[in-house]
Amino acid sequence: MIISNDRLRDIGEFIPQPDDDILICRCEEITKGEIRRACHDGIFTMEEMRRYLRNGMGLCQGQTCSKLVKGIMARELKISPLDLEPATSRAPMRPIEMEIYARDGGNVG
Amino acid sequence: MKTTADVIIVGGGVVGNAAAYYLAKRGVEVLVLEADDSIGHGGSSRNGGGVRQSGRDVRELPYAMYGIKHLWPTLSEELGVDVEYHQGGNLRLALEESHIDILKGQAERATALGLDVKLIDGKEVHEINPYLSDAIIGATWCPTDGHANPMKTTLAFYKRARELGARFISGEKVVELRKFKGRIRSVVTESGTIYEGNTVILAAGYESREISKTVGIDIPMSLFYETCLVTEAQPPMFDIMLGVATAEIYGHQCDHGSFVFGSGTGLEPSKVPDSSDLRVPALDVSANCRCIMKYVPMLKDAKVVRSWGGWMDITHDHVPVISPVEEVPGLLLACGMSGHGFGTGPAVGLLLSQMVVGEKPICDITPLRYDRFKSDR
Ligand SMILES: Cc1cc2nc3c(=O)[nH]c(=O)nc-3n(C[C@H](O)[C@H](O)[C@H](O)COP(=O)(O)OP(=O)(O)OC[C@H]3O[C@@H](n4cnc5c(N)ncnc54)[C@H](O)[C@@H]3O)c2cc1C
Repeated sequence: MIISNDRLRDIGEFIPQPDDDILICRCEEITKGEIRRACHDGIFTMEEMRRYLRNGMGLCQGQTCSKLVKGIMARELKISPLDLEPATSRAPMRPIEMEIYARDGGNVG
Repeated sequence: MKTTADVIIVGGGVVGNAAAYYLAKRGVEVLVLEADDSIGHGGSSRNGGGVRQSGRDVRELPYAMYGIKHLWPTLSEELGVDVEYHQGGNLRLALEESHIDILKGQAERATALGLDVKLIDGKEVHEINPYLSDAIIGATWCPTDGHANPMKTTLAFYKRARELGARFISGEKVVELRKFKGRIRSVVTESGTIYEGNTVILAAGYESREISKTVGIDIPMSLFYETCLVTEAQPPMFDIMLGVATAEIYGHQCDHGSFVFGSGTGLEPSKVPDSSDLRVPALDVSANCRCIMKYVPMLKDAKVVRSWGGWMDITHDHVPVISPVEEVPGLLLACGMSGHGFGTGPAVGLLLSQMVVGEKPICDITPLRYDRFKSDR
């Protein structure tokens, strides 16, 4: 446990791949290569990854890409995808206009 | 596995990571222990991104100003990550005469300390920022304040420190400190591992209090919860950090185009303090939306995409503790950032590295001592 959380753990060199340019997170336009490279910057969890690159922070909130991101990270970090916790889902479930969100009955005047 | 280092830092937030970076840069062997699986899990990734001097206490202003003058402008280049720092100024807005009274006092105090902050009228506010409500009657304007991306800044310090050889271990919760022959020596974690160092920097936010108690030091702090929301991307509007006289909201537009605003409902003081409870209370986002629309009505159609919350470690006088501990030589405290420790994170990290290597510090830190809290009864 402790060993795998040691951030100096050797994951080898970054080796460019022919499909590094493919888009993984379409909302925020993040490529496979960017995700792989971030692992070599020391980004070891899905929570860290989305804070670092913004993947999964767009309109769909990672519903489309989070499985793909997990797979890419697991391969790069040489661990099982089961060892990567998904990032927290956050309210609202779907984007809501401020004017509508504001109507919860508070400060009615 | 090696369990020793010259300096052990407890907490991988912006303060711990910045200290690790400036120490590694000085060739010091550093080990950072972070309780969570993710580096930067605490307030450092959850804040509003304000990099401000206005509103700061006289004891903090010297290093807040130093950071803005000497550290933030070159940080992206230095760390190799774009931390999205913008020095677009800070407007603290007023809607009523009573707000102006608050702002007047703040501006006078800041000016007396040599900070360029002035009170301006509604017309000047709209010249600086035409996107704000017509109902705004004035503001304070501090042109040297700004904002940055807290998530990237916190991870950028980690990334660069790691490249320079600093060791970070996540998922390693510190539960106890121990002395040996009168000096700090051991750091014990929940997993039972005992790490040893010559210096220990305690930068674990509120949890620093529990940890320092194990060597007999208590730091009067409490927990305060606040939430933030982010909108979908909007066309570029302004580069300015916004605050309000009532302190109800603060926010800015990010490089990405989205707006991030922080706020609360006013009901926070009755929230059960529990730093592991990060759930956003249902009332928070609605209250935040109402406040934002009062000041920036044109955001009414902007869609809220996400909300999140975080805990602030507030000291009894709302000023951080950055201090050596005479009773426990080798122990340095860096906690109680009191809800505004992101903007000063780089400067505090630098100060800690200077304390470790015995360099002349960028400013006098004696007013930030841990033992300044005295009963007045
Ligand atoms: C909603 C919100 C908005 C804010 N807005 C602003 C703003 O606009 N501008 C500004 O300057 N500041 C702002 N702040 C405050 C700012 O985020 C904090 O002051 C700053 O991040 C503190 O950094 P830190 O490194 O001291 O603490 P943290 O980021 O909390 O880091 C402490 C770390 O220690 C770890 N830890 C805890 N216990 C242990 C243990 N036992 N063992 C090992 N590790 C442990 C935690 O997991 C955490 O990662 C805001 C805060 C919040 C919550």
